[in-house]
Amino acid sequence: MSAARDPTSPAAPGANAAGLTRADYRGAPSTLCPGCGHDSITNHLQTALFEADISPLRAAKFSGIGCSSKTTNYFMNQSHGLNAVHGRMPAIATGALLANHTLLGIGISGDGDTASIGLGHFVHILRRNVKLVYIIENNGVYGLTKGQFSATADLGTLSKAGERNELPAIDCCAVSILMGCGFVARSFSGDRKQLVPLLKAAMQHRGTAVIDVISPCVTFNDHAGSTRSYDYVKAHDEPLHEVGFTPGCAAHAVADDEGESPTEVELPDGSVIALRKLEREHDPRDREAALRLLEQARQRGELVTGLIYIDPASRPFHESLRLGATPLAMLPDEKLRPSREALQAIMAELA
Amino acid sequence: MPVNDFSILVATVNGTGSQTANLVLLRSIFRMGVPVGPKNVFPSNISGLPTWFFIRVSKDGYVARSGQVDLLVCLNPQTTARDIAALRAGAACFFEERLRDEIPVRDDVTFYPVPFTDLVAACCPVSRLRKLVVNMVYVGVVGWHIGLDRDLVRAEVKKAFAAKPQALDLNLAAVETGWAYAASNLPQSPELRIERLDATRDMIIIDGNSATALGCLFGGCSVLTWYPITPSTSLGDAFESYAERLRVDPESGERTVAIVQSEDELAEAGMAIAAGWAGARAMTATSGPGLSLMSELVGFAYYAEIPCVFVDVQRLGPSTGLPTRTAQGDLLQVVTLSHGDTQHVVLLPATMEECFAFAIRAFDLADRLQTPIFLLLDLDLGMNPWMSAQLEYPADPIDRGKVLTAGDLERLGGDWYRYADPDRDGIPYRTIPGTPHRAAAYFTRGSGHSEAALYTEDPRAYQKVVDRLTRKYETARALLPPPEIDRAPAARILIVAYGSSHPAVVEARDRLRSRNHLECSYCRIRALPLSDRLADLCAAHDVVFVVDQNRDGQMAQLLAIALAPSGCAARLRSIRQYDGWPLTADFVAEAIAGAAGSTTGRSDHLVARNREVEVQA
Ligand SMILES: Cc1ncc(C[n+]2csc(CCOP(=O)(O)OP(=O)(O)O)c2C)c(N)n1
Ligand code: SF4
Ligand SMILES: [Mg+2]
Repeated sequence: MSAARDPTSPAAPGANAAGLTRADYRGAPSTLCPGCGHDSITNHLQTALFEADISPLRAAKFSGIGCSSKTTNYFMNQSHGLNAVHGRMPAIATGALLANHTLLGIGISGDGDTASIGLGHFVHILRRNVKLVYIIENNGVYGLTKGQFSATADLGTLSKAGERNELPAIDCCAVSILMGCGFVARSFSGDRKQLVPLLKAAMQHRGTAVIDVISPCVTFNDHAGSTRSYDYVKAHDEPLHEVGFTPGCAAHAVADDEGESPTEVELPDGSVIALRKLEREHDPRDREAALRLLEQARQRGELVTGLIYIDPASRPFHESLRLGATPLAMLPDEKLRPSREALQAIMAELA
Repeated sequence: MPVNDFSILVATVNGTGSQTANLVLLRSIFRMGVPVGPKNVFPSNISGLPTWFFIRVSKDGYVARSGQVDLLVCLNPQTTARDIAALRAGAACFFEERLRDEIPVRDDVTFYPVPFTDLVAACCPVSRLRKLVVNMVYVGVVGWHIGLDRDLVRAEVKKAFAAKPQALDLNLAAVETGWAYAASNLPQSPELRIERLDATRDMIIIDGNSATALGCLFGGCSVLTWYPITPSTSLGDAFESYAERLRVDPESGERTVAIVQSEDELAEAGMAIAAGWAGARAMTATSGPGLSLMSELVGFAYYAEIPCVFVDVQRLGPSTGLPTRTAQGDLLQVVTLSHGDTQHVVLLPATMEECFAFAIRAFDLADRLQTPIFLLLDLDLGMNPWMSAQLEYPADPIDRGKVLTAGDLERLGGDWYRYADPDRDGIPYRTIPGTPHRAAAYFTRGSGHSEAALYTEDPRAYQKVVDRLTRKYETARALLPPPEIDRAPAARILIVAYGSSHPAVVEARDRLRSRNHLECSYCRIRALPLSDRLADLCAAHDVVFVVDQNRDGQMAQLLAIALAPSGCAARLRSIRQYDGWPLTADFVAEAIAGAAGSTTGRSDHLVARNREVEVQA
């Protein structure tokens, strides 16, 4: 329905390998509050999609309900989007990607959407390992219903009205690792340098790739005493590493001559995630270490960001179900309806 | 009691594996060409509670529950007293010889003690298996008594154990043991006899859940999501086992169907709806409690106009109710499931052929109308075995509805609105994600939207879309299976029924005609929204009896609304059964005859008594 650029027309200046410019990855204008972290994430996502040469016609966007969930409308308007009901994003993404597992699925959810009403679906999409980039835009509150604490709000954090949160936080990254997720990252909406390569890597992961992005809500959770304000997050952000991502085709062309060589994780398509160590040692291929890291961070009140855990060899759900190369949605009628003879054989058995 | 016209009841304890034996007995009678109407009444429990398997034998082809028992196999000490008390005068009763002292005396019943325990011990050396194998002993005893063809019984045992050959010999031996004992110690029944007929030629025996599952597979279903719940679980099971042979590439092992056991019914509905959105033919199967959980997502699918098939195999009661008892209590819930302005298309099959054909049609209707389609079964239809004509291969090709391809979009110059009505039938066009055209995409939302699929709070733009949905519902009315109407000449009474009430109504009409000299026309409703024809039909009769298997007469209520403009609503009389047992012709005939000022036969003692037992258990 949109009149966006035709990807088949001659490449415009600044076009990527898909023949599209950065502007082709835009969506409808955002209606979120100016300064909302979610808008920064949308912006970084557009950059990542553009730089990864994604064809919007081969992608689909999924979300639940919340300020965060609205953002599927704010990027890549040449992609189909399914903005369903509160908390069910993982279920609808699973269903749509069962119908067509060749689509690049991008799911956007909030901390309320994922960690409260949708927690059941969240853990089950991880168990199934549906190939999906799963972005949690985590502001510690329910933005759209005006600032109630969410289940990811830290113990002791204060609301805008000054009430203290008396309940412990659910750590979506720890939950993800425990549920067998093979790509678990945490980032900050304000950290373009870290988030963009993480997003690009997530798109290449063969399974559910969770990125829990701390995304301050300027309207309801950006005050002193909140552990999700811009000031607090900037002060407590402890990036694990500098993240670099090199797509499959270009993988070994990167020259790296400054300092220690980074930890490299190769994905099945040949892409490489290069992690250049900062303060501490962390090998994201070590599941136990990843859980330990999160627990230590919790005890120390730190916000560790970066690639926390990765298992590049994970098996996506459509393979577990042994679906063929042709998406179910594209099967011709003769594959969908068994033959007359098949029915006759069954009737003979029931006679 | 005439030959080929009586009822058998096997009263056992569940968890003892009697179902296979009962099916052997059933199929042996059926294979002798005699019509059968089985009903399995079982508890919601894994083992140790009473279960009753009724086999109605009817040369006239009546298959509703009869409510009368002529031959009892009495193997459940818990219910012995009541089971015997409920027998018809002149009935026969087989019981375990060792329990002789516990058998109540009735002079008008012929008692046949059988040493089941000794007989099974003789033919089954492994004591732990005897509890199972003893069932085949009664098959032999009853088979001899009612004059079954011994070779047919053997063939049915072989068929039943085709997949478990190691158990075959043991079970065959048990049948032979029972048969031999009966032949030398018991008489053959003078009246409860099966004699060969030719009334089941080319017929099959199948349960409604299997027939529906087959319909879904032949309807091109490519995604099934489900969560176990009685009585729909066996639909998922049947689908899975038929899919295993129909939808797996023998060479590559690749499947053309995805089957997902979800984490709950919210996910089940969400996955199926989204799969429909993405172009699969998607479905889910559930029962009342699951349907309640799905309601928000169903409203989303309705408003976002997403094709999806929902099978509801109804069970009894509000809340958990009685999961293993039948009812038609979800009708009103389904027709407007979800909050706000919603209305749904509902198909109401009554036979195995309709379970199959309507399932196929449900997928075409879902795609054509771009909306959830509900297929309403109930436990009686879904889980009981039914005699049926063979299921017929669909005559029409698959209909995918109004889907724009990249070529179509190119011809339109990319100019289309997802929620517009260019054909004036209320049905918009859609595109499938992944369509290789830059104008293919649209944004699907459950929030207020305009024809262009953009968020809107504008009253007119909002209302335009919901008014079109009403138009679409009108279009649906004409596409649905019409009511099946059988007008009796000069009849002043009309009976309206649907779903599993059908066989009881068919029999009740015959009985009202022969015993009460009452002619009744019959209208069987097969879909909602209701057909336009009903108003004229009701106007042509003085009284309209509406048969519902729910407490509040839900179909009667829908008819009252539909008939209000014609002024005929005052002619409606509601007949309601809602105790969970399959409807009997007696119940319907007595209600109508009573209301019509005449009287009929006896009331339904067995059911009433067995219900008491159930409450105590
Ligand atoms: C079933 C249901 N319950 C409640 C709501 C109201 N509601 C809308 S958004 C929301 C919370 C959103 O919080 P979050 O997912 O964190 O998103 P944010 O707005 O913070 O980005 C709630 C409770 C709803 N839409 N649906
Ligand atoms: S309320 Fe908070 S989360 Fe919602 S748009 Fe405004 S700043 Fe963002
Ligand atoms: Mg939030």
